[in-house]
Amino acid sequence: MAKTLYDKLFDSHVVQEENGTALLYIDRHLVHEVTSPQAFEGLKMSARKVWRINSVLAVPDHNVPTTDRSHGIADPVSRLQVETLDNNCAEFGITEFRMNDTRQGIVHVIGPEQGATLPGMTVVCGDSHTSTHGAFGALAHGIGTSEVEHVLATQCLVQKKSKAMQIRVEGQLGRGVTAKDIALAIIGKIGTAGGTGYAIEFAGSAIRSLSMEGRMTLCNMAIEAGARAGMVAVDDTTIDYVKGRPYAPKPEQWDAAVAYWRTLHSDEGAKFDAVVELKAEDIQPQVTWGTSPEMVTSVEGFVPDPAKESDPTKRGGIERALQYMGLEANTPITGIKIDKVFIGSCTNSRIEDLRAAAAVARGKKVAANVKLAMVVPGSGLVKAQAEQEGLDKIFTEAGFEWREPGCSMCLAMNADRLEPGERCASTSNRNFEGRQGPGGRTHLVSPEMAAAAAVTGHFVDVRQLN
Amino acid sequence: MQPFVKLEGLVAPLDRANVDTDAIIPKQFLKSIKRSGFGPNAFDEWRYLDHGEPGMDNSTRPLNPDFVLNQPRYQGSSILLTRENFGCGSSREHAPWALLDYGFRCIIAPSYADIFFNNCFKNGILPIVLDAEEVDFMFREVEINPGYQLLVDLEQQVVVTPGGQSFSFDVDAFRKHCLLNGLDDIGLTLQKVDQIEAFEARHKAAQPWLFNQN
Repeated sequence: MAKTLYDKLFDSHVVQEENGTALLYIDRHLVHEVTSPQAFEGLKMSARKVWRINSVLAVPDHNVPTTDRSHGIADPVSRLQVETLDNNCAEFGITEFRMNDTRQGIVHVIGPEQGATLPGMTVVCGDSHTSTHGAFGALAHGIGTSEVEHVLATQCLVQKKSKAMQIRVEGQLGRGVTAKDIALAIIGKIGTAGGTGYAIEFAGSAIRSLSMEGRMTLCNMAIEAGARAGMVAVDDTTIDYVKGRPYAPKPEQWDAAVAYWRTLHSDEGAKFDAVVELKAEDIQPQVTWGTSPEMVTSVEGFVPDPAKESDPTKRGGIERALQYMGLEANTPITGIKIDKVFIGSCTNSRIEDLRAAAAVARGKKVAANVKLAMVVPGSGLVKAQAEQEGLDKIFTEAGFEWREPGCSMCLAMNADRLEPGERCASTSNRNFEGRQGPGGRTHLVSPEMAAAAAVTGHFVDVRQLN
Repeated sequence: MQPFVKLEGLVAPLDRANVDTDAIIPKQFLKSIKRSGFGPNAFDEWRYLDHGEPGMDNSTRPLNPDFVLNQPRYQGSSILLTRENFGCGSSREHAPWALLDYGFRCIIAPSYADIFFNNCFKNGILPIVLDAEEVDFMFREVEINPGYQLLVDLEQQVVVTPGGQSFSFDVDAFRKHCLLNGLDDIGLTLQKVDQIEAFEARHKAAQPWLFNQN
């Protein structure tokens, strides 16, 4: 029978199945400091060991400062959490890229960068954006802390199979339109619960044309559409990206690995439980206006008018969002001024994202009304690569701050945050109330659009900027 | 984990769709390395008028009188009634920990985000899915009947109103079994060590590169 990519990945990891509940074997477990301390504590309290130590890779990312690190972490609570990870990894013998290791970075950036994320793998992490790794033709999803402990102890996860959804994007993206815009356009179309209960496979010619960085951005946002897992079939782009990375198969294993990876696509005629289609040509640069990623429109659009919404729950949601965001109905998106700009996060902090933002910022200056524009590379290696290409100079000459790698102002667990009422053009993934700091107002955009907003002081169609 | 068999409790209505886990427990409280003590900071940004940080004495902070859970009639509630896609966003298990620590053992909504839904079962919280119309009905009932309580019977898979109306709900058989008995997942899985080891050996033979030592 014709199988979907999701079927292949799921079925090949089933240890045992009973009444539709499977015990699924996990190949790679990524760990960070926020969702792991209670899991390690649980192991210790039950005197359990880590099942397979070399399946685990740990890194601190949420709490780390993005400014000078030579004096450690100033906030004692953040410091304790990072030290707890260091101690747990040392005690259990787990590989960890510590804060001052050049390989340190956001967990969803370093996994792929190291080749620790491979096609055909099951990948988990106590973080919802683990869906990112599905870009490699892997089955990757976020788990809670109880499950982190479960995977550490058993190498398995108790899972029910999801339904399969295919999202096809055919055609060619216009200039200035990115994977981020595809992701936001999809969420705008199906809603933040549209993918709940599904594993999403992204397919179609526009997806095939994306780089690995673009595919990671897209799969990263699958969770914002409600789907725990997003994925893209393996092709030459995938294989070329993996080759030569530190954790990639050894030369003598390579051909066998590639031969297997070439089978990781949905078969001709495979049945999906739902299919959603978009035309690449219809997608414009996107900007969110509200407090949920589905509250999104194109840069040519307007802030919606709640009076035009007939559903009372939705109308209430729009009214509350506009009040929180300090926006008037029917305002053109390009009329919204910003206070801060954040380029970074597991969604958009890879080298291609930084190149794209730098291309917009080159030779320009951050607008006078923008208090802070910061660029936070996804990892120490991304930072080094960017510096080798001179991107840091382009940013700093334009008035951006060039920071150390970490999650930073995507969720503001470290010192980087919005003050109440501040408005931010952000390349991150969530515009929830208070996400980037209490009272902060987040507008999600692509790196190009964030850089364009930085140099003009308001949202602007990057395609019209020279 | 505390078993969940039957619960008769006061219902608190949170009439919002898409309540995300950042709202349930804001990020600054995720710095804790413990599993307990999150209750006073559940819904922190909606619940208090000031900005909360870890280590504050929450009992002296100004409460937001407009936030529904602060109303006297809902004090001591153990069932949270809410709208669709509850618990969306981050995978943080701190969200169910905070709800449990606050006193909620059961949630009723038309739908949930996947990871949150799963996390609830790991912590002895029963998330019940009812039709949007049934949820609507309960919101109206709660509004007009102070002290409104529901009886939740997991064994029978029903929610019973004070008027005697009964709403049945679905629950996965394995999850029900674990909740009813307060079973630890890890212990159950470790009974299958032989099967896991056998799978691992086959998997390693087929894809040895997954087991490289780095």
